[in-house]
Amino acid sequence: MTTLAPRLRWTFTDGLTLVGRELGRLRHQPGELAAALIFPAIMVVLFGYVFGSAIQVPGGGDYREYLMPGLFAMVTFTAAQGVMVRMAADASRGVMDRFRSMPMARLAVPFGQTGADLLAGLLLLAIMAGTGLLVGWQPHRGLAPAAEAVLLMIVLRYALSWVGVYVGLAVRNEQVVNQLVPLFLPFTMVSNAFVPTEGMPAWLRFVADWNPVSALTAAARELFGNPGLPTGDVAWPLAHPVAAVLLWSAALLLVFVPLSIRTYQRRGR
Amino acid sequence: MADPIVVAEGLHKSFGATHALRGLDLSVPRGTVCGLLGPNGAGKTTAVRILATLSEPDAGHARIAGHDVVREAGEVRTRIGLAGQYAAVDDKLTGRGNLRMFGRLYHLSRREAHRRADELLERFGLLDAADRQVAGYSGGMRRRLDLMTSLILRPEVLFLDEPTAGLDPRGRGAIWDTVRELAADGTTVLLTTQYLDEADRLADHITVIDHGKVIATGTPDELKAAIGDRLDVTIEDPAALRPAATVLTALAGTAPTTTDADRLSVALPGGGLRLADVVRELDRAGVAAADVRLRRPTLDEVFLRLTDRKEPVR
Repeated sequence: MTTLAPRLRWTFTDGLTLVGRELGRLRHQPGELAAALIFPAIMVVLFGYVFGSAIQVPGGGDYREYLMPGLFAMVTFTAAQGVMVRMAADASRGVMDRFRSMPMARLAVPFGQTGADLLAGLLLLAIMAGTGLLVGWQPHRGLAPAAEAVLLMIVLRYALSWVGVYVGLAVRNEQVVNQLVPLFLPFTMVSNAFVPTEGMPAWLRFVADWNPVSALTAAARELFGNPGLPTGDVAWPLAHPVAAVLLWSAALLLVFVPLSIRTYQRRGR
Repeated sequence: MADPIVVAEGLHKSFGATHALRGLDLSVPRGTVCGLLGPNGAGKTTAVRILATLSEPDAGHARIAGHDVVREAGEVRTRIGLAGQYAAVDDKLTGRGNLRMFGRLYHLSRREAHRRADELLERFGLLDAADRQVAGYSGGMRRRLDLMTSLILRPEVLFLDEPTAGLDPRGRGAIWDTVRELAADGTTVLLTTQYLDEADRLADHITVIDHGKVIATGTPDELKAAIGDRLDVTIEDPAALRPAATVLTALAGTAPTTTDADRLSVALPGGGLRLADVVRELDRAGVAAADVRLRRPTLDEVFLRLTDRKEPVR
């Protein structure tokens, strides 16, 4: 009855049902879906041409080539928002209680949500890459490093979506969580995604250099062969961006998966 | 008494300094409707959450169909349905989409989940709205869908936590009909409510709780009998309220309550009263009575008496 194999199978099956639920929701909200899909394209055009008209890339190079890895990182970091909002909505509307009173796999809800987000993330990255190619960006180092860059984005995205699971579960309030969403923007801006960190005040530069957004951006620049790689004496995460992204992902998963599961199963209330 | 399917013994639950339950005992015979009554904060919802495996008691234990709600939560979950104050369904999906999704999560096969969804939609008269998004449903329709969702597995025990709160009379009537049908089919229903007429109409057995403990149990009739019949007097001239009250106090031995400017109500004393005596004494005091009648108490009066809240005295 409680052996591992059927449990795992149901966790997977129920998780898939919940992924299907998210896709079903999108089908009934064509407007929201369209907005979500157009967003990455708008970002490319907006940042590429507005900032691109004024910013000099350190060491030379095209600004849009410099920008794309930053935008990839920015889109990756939207993962936590969506998951957070959906978890909080389910918790505050009693849907979570219904799930927990049903004989379904206990872990299917967080795994279903993060799984659905992963699919959404792939789609967003594809659209962003397509738009990037249209405005003159391209990976220069071939397929394998490019695939490695995409994989890093996916891994970090998945880890970040667990942060969303935890925050959504811990806050349990749709309104409060919605007010947290705008806080993500400064988080992505304080990084090397759009401008080099060399010109920032020392304290801000320290924050920006150690921001995981910067590590992912630097890793993508390196693997895509895009301009803007830092030179000289740089912070450790920027000198070893691939390792930094993997470490960040592992750390986030190690902290937030157990926290989320404990919060989900907590039956105190 | 038939074998109890829901049993709770000495349930304790605290949230910080708040003691929600202080030794709650409960026993619901199979196939009956049990009404759980109590003022706000009495512990009704906490009790239901523990019985439905959503919360663990600090002390005491509870069993559903012989299965412990903590140690055998999985077994319990296959036997219960829960419909609550919230319509806990997905707004963004259609009614049919919700039923199919929850059916799959109850581990029905795809075909079975679809069939069961159609069956429930038909039975609850929601076929016309089946393919509309739930966000556009009325409050009554949502609540009905919530209830249908809890019935997907044909539960042995159905927990309804204030199922009609905030519904209009038509929506409430529809839920009542459903509860009666389910009870007739043999489903055990545990219902919490603040509407006493709801408990009066639906429940075979009522448990009144206050401050986390049971303070009375019985059928609605038994509970009413326990506080005795009432005498209602309507007077012609509201100015005579005070002398009329004096007369009734002398006759009944307790002070009457007023529900309107011209109406008094008093509990009958143990030996009862003769209407003729009442009329004669009022007449002697110069009070013209428009109406004098004996009646059973309402469940509201029972409730107010039991939960020690003062009846409204003007």
